[in-house]
Amino acid sequence: MPTLLWKDPGLVKGSGFDNWRRVGPILPAIKVYNLRQVDELIVVDIIATNENREPDYQEISDFSKECFVPLTVGGGIKNVENVRKILGAGADKVCINSAIFNNPKLISQIAQKFGSQCVVVSIDAKRIGDQYECFSHSGTKPVSISPTELAKKAEKLGAGEILITSIERDGTMKGYDLELISRVVKAVSIPVIASGGAGNYKDMLKAIKAGASAVAAASIFHFTEQTPLEAKDYLRSKGVSVRY
Amino acid sequence: MKTLIIDYGVSNLGSVSRAVEECGGKVFVNDYPKKSEKFEKIILPGVGSFHVGMKNLRDRGWPEFIKQFVLEKEIPILGICLGMQLLADSGEEGGETPGLGLISGQVEKLKSSEGGERIPHVGWNQIHQKRKDLLLEGVLPGADFYFVHSYHLVPTNKKDILATTPYCNNFVSVVNKKNIYGTQFHPEKSGLTGFMILKNFLSI
Repeated sequence: MPTLLWKDPGLVKGSGFDNWRRVGPILPAIKVYNLRQVDELIVVDIIATNENREPDYQEISDFSKECFVPLTVGGGIKNVENVRKILGAGADKVCINSAIFNNPKLISQIAQKFGSQCVVVSIDAKRIGDQYECFSHSGTKPVSISPTELAKKAEKLGAGEILITSIERDGTMKGYDLELISRVVKAVSIPVIASGGAGNYKDMLKAIKAGASAVAAASIFHFTEQTPLEAKDYLRSKGVSVRY
Repeated sequence: MKTLIIDYGVSNLGSVSRAVEECGGKVFVNDYPKKSEKFEKIILPGVGSFHVGMKNLRDRGWPEFIKQFVLEKEIPILGICLGMQLLADSGEEGGETPGLGLISGQVEKLKSSEGGERIPHVGWNQIHQKRKDLLLEGVLPGADFYFVHSYHLVPTNKKDILATTPYCNNFVSVVNKKNIYGTQFHPEKSGLTGFMILKNFLSI
């Protein structure tokens, strides 16, 4: 599944959660991904939390009208009312990151009100020595908890899925952090989506073999000729069960 | 060719309308019945609970309108998700409530089989075709569609079952009786295979 990072009205992609590079307008990208048979789309407003503002519901409604697969929306979600409006604007799931540190109860509240299936908890982690540490606020604030501990906490609170992103692999196209994925997969029983570092289809296969239920990618789809459809054909040829 | 999309206040109308347009249809969305409009297809979308859905349809005067056009004028109708469930005689969600009665059967809560499936049923899953019909023409065996639901329609007549899904003892995922169709999955969220269903419906 492609991840689209959204800043103002534009689509951006960085490297190591920094050096944001403009990729182009976001709506045409959503249209293209629909044609390339992606299984889901994740759209994250990367500056809403840092600017302390609410999600842009009008934009989300515009995205959802053009999105003919399930749509996950993240960025700036602080309370249940924000979630109600996001789902009302046509999104299928929400992605929570900073709130797990600021207001962990929110995850339980969303799960109770709208069901666990619509809460994806996104965890951003960096390798420090042979350990991992989590970061909040788009990878800018260190939080002294390990991704495995945080994933367990998220599962207990009612998260339906974990999206685990390696901050230093992000945007490098050097492959997923397989150790990080495998640690998180072993810590929880809910599905784990691998993110950060995909450079080719083989990387995706490795992440799935490391236990990921799904793989997310951005740079390889934004900046190379590789497509989600080819990725799925490749994975299918290697015996991975993928959607037609 | 125009398609009437019924707005009864509980649905994700945006992506349904856009998906029908992408499939070559012309749509108009009405929140109350207007007899002057000319249309050749009806779509009853749906997200939400049976009880609230039926109440909203009744408050807006839709049931009589729908029955007149579907039963007397034989206009094809496609119910999606809750929209499919509302075609039944009755539903138990939110208290026993009469439905539109276009497909004989009840809407019941999904029950996990021995496999212990999770409810709600959310995500991509297959449909297994039980008999041939134009609606499913070209859909490959094992094709996946996107589902989000906790209840399912149990048709009284086996011949109304067009497809089932291998989850919770094979629930019925597509129904059909003459010009009346329903899909438990969301064709508007099922990518190109979903578009195939919508295009087939438009061509019926």
